[in-house]
Amino acid sequence: MATFYGSRNKTMERHVLLRDIDVPNIREIDVYLANDGYAAWKKALTTMKPDDVISVVKDSGLRGRGGAGFPAGVKWSFIPKDVFPKYVVVNGDESEAGTFKDHQLIDCNPHQVIEGTLLACYAVQANTAYIYLRGEFYEPAQTLQKAIDEAYARGLIGKNVLGSGFDVDVYIHLGAGAYICGEETALLSSLEGQLGQPRLRPPFPAQQGLYAKPTVVNNVETLANVPPIVLHGAQWYRQFGTEKSPGTKIFCVSGCVNRPGNYELPLGQYTIRELIEMAGGALQGRAVKGVLPAGSSAPILPASALDTKLDYESLQAAGSILGSASFVILDESVDIVWAARKMVRFFKHESCGKCTPCREGTHWALQLYNKLLSGYGTLDDVNMIGEVAAQMSGKCFCLLGEFATSPMLSTLKHFRAEYEAFVRAHSGGLRNGYDDELIREHVIDPAGNLIAGAVGQKRH
Amino acid sequence: MAELVNVTIDGVTVAVPKGTLVVDAAKKIGNHIPVFCYHPKLKPVGMCRMCLVDIGTPKIDPATKQVVRDENGNPVIQFMPKLTTACTTPVSEGMVVRTATEQVRAAREDILEFLLTSHPLDCPICDKGGECPLQNLTLAHGPGVSRFDYDAKFHNEKHVPLGELIFLDRERCIQCSRCIRFQDEIADDHVLQFHDRGRGMEIITFSDPPFDSYFGGNTTDICPVGALTTADFRFKARPWELQSAQSICTHCAVGCNITLNTRLETRHGGFEIKRVMPRQNEWVNEIWICDKGRYVHHFTRSEDRLHLPLIRREGRLVESTWQQALQLVADTLRAADGEIVLMVGDRIPNEDAYLLGQLGRAIGARVSVSPNVPSHYADVARAFGVGKDADFKRLGRGDLVLAVNADVEEQAPVWFLRLRQAVVDRGAQLIIAHHRSTKLHRYASAIHRFEVGRAPEWVQQQAETLAQALQAARHALIVFGDEHLDGPRARALAQLLANLLLQSGHAGRSDSGLLPLYPHANTQGVCDVLSPHTALPPAARVVWAVGVGDPQELPPAGFYIIQEVLHTALVEQADVVLPSLTFAEREGTFTSGDRRVQRFYRALPAPGEAKPDWWIAQEVARRLGFEWRYNSPAEIFEALAKDVPAYAELSYAALSRVVEQWPPIGREDLYYGGTAYDNTGGIGARYAAEAETRALPPYDVTIPEPTIAGLKRGPRMLYRDGELIRRSALLRARMVSLQQVA
Repeated sequence: MATFYGSRNKTMERHVLLRDIDVPNIREIDVYLANDGYAAWKKALTTMKPDDVISVVKDSGLRGRGGAGFPAGVKWSFIPKDVFPKYVVVNGDESEAGTFKDHQLIDCNPHQVIEGTLLACYAVQANTAYIYLRGEFYEPAQTLQKAIDEAYARGLIGKNVLGSGFDVDVYIHLGAGAYICGEETALLSSLEGQLGQPRLRPPFPAQQGLYAKPTVVNNVETLANVPPIVLHGAQWYRQFGTEKSPGTKIFCVSGCVNRPGNYELPLGQYTIRELIEMAGGALQGRAVKGVLPAGSSAPILPASALDTKLDYESLQAAGSILGSASFVILDESVDIVWAARKMVRFFKHESCGKCTPCREGTHWALQLYNKLLSGYGTLDDVNMIGEVAAQMSGKCFCLLGEFATSPMLSTLKHFRAEYEAFVRAHSGGLRNGYDDELIREHVIDPAGNLIAGAVGQKRH
Repeated sequence: MAELVNVTIDGVTVAVPKGTLVVDAAKKIGNHIPVFCYHPKLKPVGMCRMCLVDIGTPKIDPATKQVVRDENGNPVIQFMPKLTTACTTPVSEGMVVRTATEQVRAAREDILEFLLTSHPLDCPICDKGGECPLQNLTLAHGPGVSRFDYDAKFHNEKHVPLGELIFLDRERCIQCSRCIRFQDEIADDHVLQFHDRGRGMEIITFSDPPFDSYFGGNTTDICPVGALTTADFRFKARPWELQSAQSICTHCAVGCNITLNTRLETRHGGFEIKRVMPRQNEWVNEIWICDKGRYVHHFTRSEDRLHLPLIRREGRLVESTWQQALQLVADTLRAADGEIVLMVGDRIPNEDAYLLGQLGRAIGARVSVSPNVPSHYADVARAFGVGKDADFKRLGRGDLVLAVNADVEEQAPVWFLRLRQAVVDRGAQLIIAHHRSTKLHRYASAIHRFEVGRAPEWVQQQAETLAQALQAARHALIVFGDEHLDGPRARALAQLLANLLLQSGHAGRSDSGLLPLYPHANTQGVCDVLSPHTALPPAARVVWAVGVGDPQELPPAGFYIIQEVLHTALVEQADVVLPSLTFAEREGTFTSGDRRVQRFYRALPAPGEAKPDWWIAQEVARRLGFEWRYNSPAEIFEALAKDVPAYAELSYAALSRVVEQWPPIGREDLYYGGTAYDNTGGIGARYAAEAETRALPPYDVTIPEPTIAGLKRGPRMLYRDGELIRRSALLRARMVSLQQVA
């Protein structure tokens, strides 16, 4: 069960997060307890005030690992002191294409996630935490629930924890399979039983979040960082990473590499190229054509950017984002038009429909890509893709719509020649190897005719 | 007064209350920022992205927290990196908004192009065409040519019945959620929701029966496209073919301002009402009406309409001329020796009722209202009703609403909306006493129960507690109904409640007072101008019943004069039938349950030779030797105002007064408030309660014993009482017939 991550991707002497690689069976509470487990929780409850926890996390410089990179301690300090109840919500919706770090954390090191959650509760004085997991995390949810039950049995969660007078409860909620519910306000709506659509901000969740009460929403990985920080202190944590991006980060590497998987590395120490090497290099020794640093949301980086350091600032300077650090490696065998269409189709499918540019723009863009891929596209259509993306950009309600433009805009920016070559090579609707896929996705029928509505132009 | 902040929009600086949204601030200075999802009566959501503008705020130095100024001393404005939705951004001091830049212009064009990619553009067959925000805004801001391939158009179901009354066209829907939000925020009937997501997102109803709401018709007014249409008006006429006449709804005592849209129809040889639309009156119905007011207009063109006078000859009613019928009436009245009962229904306008009353008294008749009309407490309401300047909008935190024996949503639907806002949105306290549960119970902070028909006793027992609760409140509004009470007991209830107001010191205060739930549009007015006898005599020689509808019984008499608009059961026992006009075919005034006197105007020609009631009364009077020469209701109102003290300060001019209302509705910018009509016919005026003008003593109340007849007097429900709605093609499924109720 859940051993496919293996222990082969050992990248640090002692891991901070992926401790299952160092310590076998750390998912068992006894093993976890024997390895400093819940020591930070005990330390906080017995020797620290809530504000002390906030300040140590603030001092550590821990930045949110969900994608935005907002300092976690600062986020906690926004929670008003005099409003009750308050909530801690753990974002385990992990839906970004190519991201699977939270999955491993929950599955293999669940107690560290729980301990981080409890520390966050104590820091902001919330008595209830909800761990929101994506609907497909059915088995990890069972593992996590078992861990929570064990912690309850040991008196680490519940009423009057360890005699401290602090009450805390932790619940798991499974989503229903929507990418948008990884957006924190949509997550809160979904958790409340409403339609999973993002909410207006302000009010921010820190003021009016879950059930209109102050709420901290943190990513699973962010919270997994908290126990070691509280236990060992901010300075210890800052030995990893850079000044502005301290700590370690799990890098999910997938795509055309020999050893895909999670790699925990100090931020800013290695380059993308080194990361690909750690992952066994590109398949069959082929050259890398491009890298998506944060799944489909991030602008693609061409091979020329492989020496970019792995931290928030460097990737931004290179024209992309670190985001959730899910590196999808595309090698020279990958057709960029095909890859871009895959991503656009993903966003079209996951658009919540709330705002016009995202709802209509992704729909339109997919039709243009369908037209290209089925061999009826023209150079005008290539230009049109860029225009639709530009037309969406900057106008959407939430970041989903903005992210949806990056596969279009960035592939056009770096690989425009490929688009043009594709159009030339496949003009006239020639069979081009994508037939099975296009039939499956109802773009063309088995006879090769375009299906009305999937693309603009009928076959003449 | 709220704190004012200064905001500069395209170079024009305006001071608006803090918290005002940029879109509203711009509207105030005539800068029309286009919107689809935003509606001034609903909470902003920022979904459609049509209102994107460039917003900047004064730059603040993080160190000194002071505004940074340039070399000329002007604040440095920091613009947001992206365009911002004007509908979700509240103004702040020194904010600068740019709506005329190339970037904003392009954004509007972009969003419209997106919206039109999935919109069918079937304007030529769309009911909204001609008054459609999407159509208008596309002409104003949209791209001239679509770059979207027409063959790729998104297709979907075009005739989805959301309920019996509303159809949805899924293709036309632009997912603005106004209908969902209206149902959630205004009507509090959570019956609509989005289903699925992305391009597949569509409106569904999940209630059983579907779209179960008394206010659903309003969603078609605020729908910014032709996605929601009423079963009644769908494919019936194009908006530009319609004539408009301003009117007042007659189905309950709220007095909703409406506009009747009519069109020339050959089959009737004249105009016909095609639809009823709300007309803005922020003191009465805002921009909403209930479904009954919207759909129950078919009776004006019912086959049962009386077109000619009828006279009974050899046991059969035969058509006659007015000359013959009036002469017969005059002769019969003259010979009756004063043993006459003149009964007037409460759907008769003030002018007509007044003239009938004058005639009745002149010939010695006993003037009364129909036995159905709760006339017993109209004088109590006149004395202790809400103040002259009372405004529902002001009710809020610190105020108390007491609802006794009242089912507000059934009996006065739009008042339900007003009270709900006061309680839920603005924090007024609500105490309810009733023998059963009503929708208003959802918002009550205290709920009391009494036995069926025991409301007066309950108020008497609880007088001390209630008076204390009232005393603690800034203003106290008391809503009451007469369910299961006969006249004298209903009067006792009204008096006991009035005494509470006196005891707590709220009597005569503007936003406090009684709010009776009368059954029809002019119950208060008819009682005001007639001063009716409350008891009927055991028998009479002649009974003249004017617009009384279908009362259970009339006093036994030798001769019945029935003056009606429809061929009711009563007509069958008539000796003379005088055809009169509905509210749509004449003008006049109604006095609402909260004593607001409002004008309504003529929308339709008279059917056949039917005449207004005042004309009939005058013609009878002249045949009896009275020299009356009134030419119009306006002249009668003048006489009425001289004669009826409460109406002394009122005139047609005063009632026709129009004031600027917020939000602006029904002008050329339909996208903003929807297709409700602008009020140019007058907002009406309320006359002062007696308690406002002088100190009144408390009533000496003895509660009469309940009668079987009183206890059998069931709840008077707009939607569940078949008697009240005749020949309505719609709403039938919502109504239970009288037989079923009994």
